[in-house]
Parts: sequence; C-alpha cells; structure tokens
Amino acid sequence: MLVLAVDTATPSVTAGVVELPEDGAPVLLAERVTVDAKAHGELLSPHVRDALAAAGKTLADVDALVCGVGPGPFTGLRAGIVTAAALGHALDRPVHPVCSLDGIAAQAVGEPLLVVTDARRREVYWAAYAADGARVAGPEVLAPAALAERVAELGVTRVAGGELGDFGLVRVGAWAPTPVGLVAAAASALRAGGVAGELTPLYLRRPDAVEPGARKRVTPA
Amino acid sequence: MTIILGIESSCDETGVGLSRLDAAGGITLLADEVASSVEQHARFGGVVPEVASRAHLESLVPAMRRAFDTAGLRLSDVDAIAVTSGPGLAGALLVGVSAAKAYALALDVPLYGANHLAGHVAADTLEHGPLPSPCLALLVSGGHTQLLRVDDLATSITELGSTIDDAAGEAYDKVARILDLPYPGGPPIDAAARRGSPSIHFPRGLTGPRDAAYDFSFSGLKTAVARWVENEERAGRPIPVDDVAASFQEAVADVLTAKAVRAAEAEGVDTMIISGGVAANSRIKELARERCAAAGITLRVPKPRLCTDNGAMIAALGAHLVKAGVAPSALDLSSNPGLPVDVISV
Ligand SMILES: [Zn+2]
Repeated sequence: MLVLAVDTATPSVTAGVVELPEDGAPVLLAERVTVDAKAHGELLSPHVRDALAAAGKTLADVDALVCGVGPGPFTGLRAGIVTAAALGHALDRPVHPVCSLDGIAAQAVGEPLLVVTDARRREVYWAAYAADGARVAGPEVLAPAALAERVAELGVTRVAGGELGDFGLVRVGAWAPTPVGLVAAAASALRAGGVAGELTPLYLRRPDAVEPGARKRVTPA
Repeated sequence: MTIILGIESSCDETGVGLSRLDAAGGITLLADEVASSVEQHARFGGVVPEVASRAHLESLVPAMRRAFDTAGLRLSDVDAIAVTSGPGLAGALLVGVSAAKAYALALDVPLYGANHLAGHVAADTLEHGPLPSPCLALLVSGGHTQLLRVDDLATSITELGSTIDDAAGEAYDKVARILDLPYPGGPPIDAAARRGSPSIHFPRGLTGPRDAAYDFSFSGLKTAVARWVENEERAGRPIPVDDVAASFQEAVADVLTAKAVRAAEAEGVDTMIISGGVAANSRIKELARERCAAAGITLRVPKPRLCTDNGAMIAALGAHLVKAGVAPSALDLSSNPGLPVDVISV
C-alpha cells in the first residue's frame, strides 16, 4: 500500500512517500523535510509534490494518507491538517490521523519511552510509551520541570523528541515525526482499511481570548 | 468555458465560491457557501484570531462539499483555483491558502493567490456586470476602509486613501459597546438609528483643510460618542440610544460619502462601487445615492450577501484574472497578512 505522510506539529515541514507492506515495517521511498517553523504553509504542498516525484509516483498512486494531528503550536499544525484533508477530499482517499508524538515513538520502540516536543511558552507537549510502543500517558502540555518530577512515576528510561529539559534519561530517536514513524503509528488502521478517524487537531490549549471587562471611561469620573 | 473555484478565509468567514467564465467573457456565479464563526466571537466583542483559525479548519472541506453539491459539479470540473492570500489575519489566511494549494496540486490546475480587497470589488461584477474603466471603489467593513481607483480589476488598482486608525466597522462595534448594543455593532446601530434622529453633532474626522483628502479616521468619533454618553450619565439623564446611534451613523455616512464623491470628481470617474460588510448599512447607501445622483455618478452596491466576505468574490476575481491572462502563482505561494491593495495577484 502506498501511503503519503505529512506532519507540521513541530518546526519540521515533513512530507514522505512510504510503502506499507502487508506484513512488516514500512519502507521510505522518498521524503522532503525542511526545518522552518514559519514555512509550513509555504512548503508543505511543494514537498508533497517533490517527494512523490522523487519516489517516481503520482498522487493517483496514493492509496491512503497519514497526517500528524499534533499536539503542536497552532498555526503550523493547521497547515498540515488542512493540506491532508484537502488532498484526501480531492483524491477520494482516506486520511488517517496520528498523534504526532506517536509518530516519534514508533521509531524508538524498545524500553519505556518519554516523548517531548516544544509547546512554546516554556512548556512541552509530552506522552509516555510502554516497551511495546503503546501510549500509556498523555498527550498533555506541561512545564519541563513539572514533567521531570513525574519521570519516576511514569517508569520511562529513555526520551525522544527535542532537547527541552533535563529529564535524566537516555536520548534516543528522532526529534520530529518521520514519514516512516507516522505510517508505523497508523499501520493497523491503514491495514484495516475502512473509514479513517476524524482529523481533529490536538491543541491541548484554549485560545488566548479574554472577555472584555467593564468599558473604560474616556472622561474622569 | 472555465470553472473557477474561489476560497476565502481572511477573517471570520470560511467562503467557497464557484464561478463560470464563458467564451464571451461573461461571469456567472454557480455556488457561494459561507460558514461564519461570528457567533463564537460575540462574547469577546471582536474577532479572536485563534478562534477564527480553528473554525476555518473545521469548516473548509465541508463548505467545499456543499459548494460542489449546490453547483452540481465535481472537483474534476475545476479549471483554476483562486484563494485569498492577503490581506487578513495570518493564521486564518494560512488555512485557506494551504487548502487551495493542496487542491491545486491534486487537481493539477493553476492557482492564483488573490487580493481580498480586489475580491470585494470583483463581487459587484457578479451582480452588475463588467466595470467601466476607470471607476472608484469604497470598501467599508470591520477590517477595511479604503478608497480605491480601479483601472483594471485584474491588473491595476490604486489606493487613494484608507483609515489611519479604526476601520468603519470597528467603530460600529465600539460604539455598540458604549450603547450596550450587541456585537457585531452594524445591524443594531443601523436599526436604532432608523428610530432616532441625528440631533447630536459628532466630529467628522480628517475633514479639515489641511487633512489628507481621502484618508479616514474614526477613533476620535468613537471617543466623542463615549464622552457625550458619559456626560449624560454623570448628569443623571437617560441615554437617548436611538438618537446617539443616528448621530454617530450620520457622521460616518457623511465622511465616507463626501470623501468618496470628492475623489470620484477629482479622478474624473463616473461610476462608484461601495462594497464590504458596512455597505449594507441603510444610511450610508441612502446618502451615497443622494450625493452620487447630485454629482452625476452611477452608484453600484452589490446585495448584502455579496458585500460581506465570501468565496464568490474570490471566484469572481479568479475569473477576471484568468480572462486577463495573468500568470498563475507558484505552489510555494505563501499568505501575506499585509498584502498591499495594488498587488491583485501574487
Ligand atoms: Zn473583507
């Protein structure tokens, strides 16, 4: 099965073309990745086009899409989700949502793992995974120091993702989801076929908006 | 025959429009789907960019499906795509532009990053046909207040003036808050104004002899209204909401139409278009009609549905761009929140 994977939950603008065999691990055919937190809207579609060309494929060859749905800083995250949704609509192919942290964890299966990515505002998005790769906690957003205090309780021994705090763990894996990681995280849903889940972004924060208080007077009381 | 898909997401309306450009150059509107997040902003008294952006993401593909259902078309019928690439809210624009690029890539059709303000002018051609060249456009909404000279909708638009502080619609929202009227302020102020009389004289901003002839300012007007209301409150008198609304609206309508007519005369144009959400205002339309008639200027105001933000206006502008043979945008097109009005397509 030919899968197109995209993710914009981190500063990485990621698009990849991946072959998912009936059994066994996904195989990367081609990918285009640029690290630029401000370029998601600009570069994602060109990356899709160029990755397909490098793989010797066209959009018509794509059987399904996989899209990282965060958690991620809001603006860039939406570029990936709406691109995947529009491609899925135009091609009439299913688009499978994947928690972007799962896409990082899927490339580092082994011992219990903590995945952290940058949530900005001095906080991190995080999730914890068991030795078999199953997510056992998160995704949530926390300050690195508060997360560090939970490391013992989570029972994790390694950390993947960005260098975003001192967790006293062995660093492994990628700092952003890779196309293969995203497809691996969605492999059972892809193989089952059928209707894909909702492409609901994992914002984990409410919009910054305050209801106005009493009107300010312009004349002295 | 060419089918153009238009996508708009610059503020709080997710718009998808479909237009048809026929061999003779005529443009017909086939679908105009709008999903608005205005109710989600009401309790904040103004558009919250993050709330608007989230709503665009949820609404875009469903609005696309509805538009194609309405028009009885399939995606494969699309020959070109136009999308608002600016000006507007950064996060909101990004949703529409990203989607448009993906559709253009998947359907293998040309993509035009188009100017939202030119789209407001193009909307009128859906209802009243081709524009004479040159003509004048007054755009008034919650986001813009602009006086434009339009020589060619696809290639040549010049800004004569704009607001130096609040947009006209923003002033309506702020005055509505002073008068305890709901958001958005345009419709309730218009309704109250029709019951009242413009008996209070509020200042007309930037109308002095040495002020910029075609620029606008509404911040001082808003403050004057607040000061007047506070003085009445302090004196223990009830606020004549209808009269305050009528007097405020008269000041806005007076300045807008006076400057627009003066610009039309100075530029020697005989046709004026008024578009944007505030163009639906009854007094602005009435006063513009009177003053244009007196000056021998033909006034064109599209119906309210076409005045507010929508995908139809972008589908219309797209048709004008295709018709003029303008070069399409590259797939690495990016949105530009501050896109100047003279850049009609990028
Ligand atoms: Zn507008």
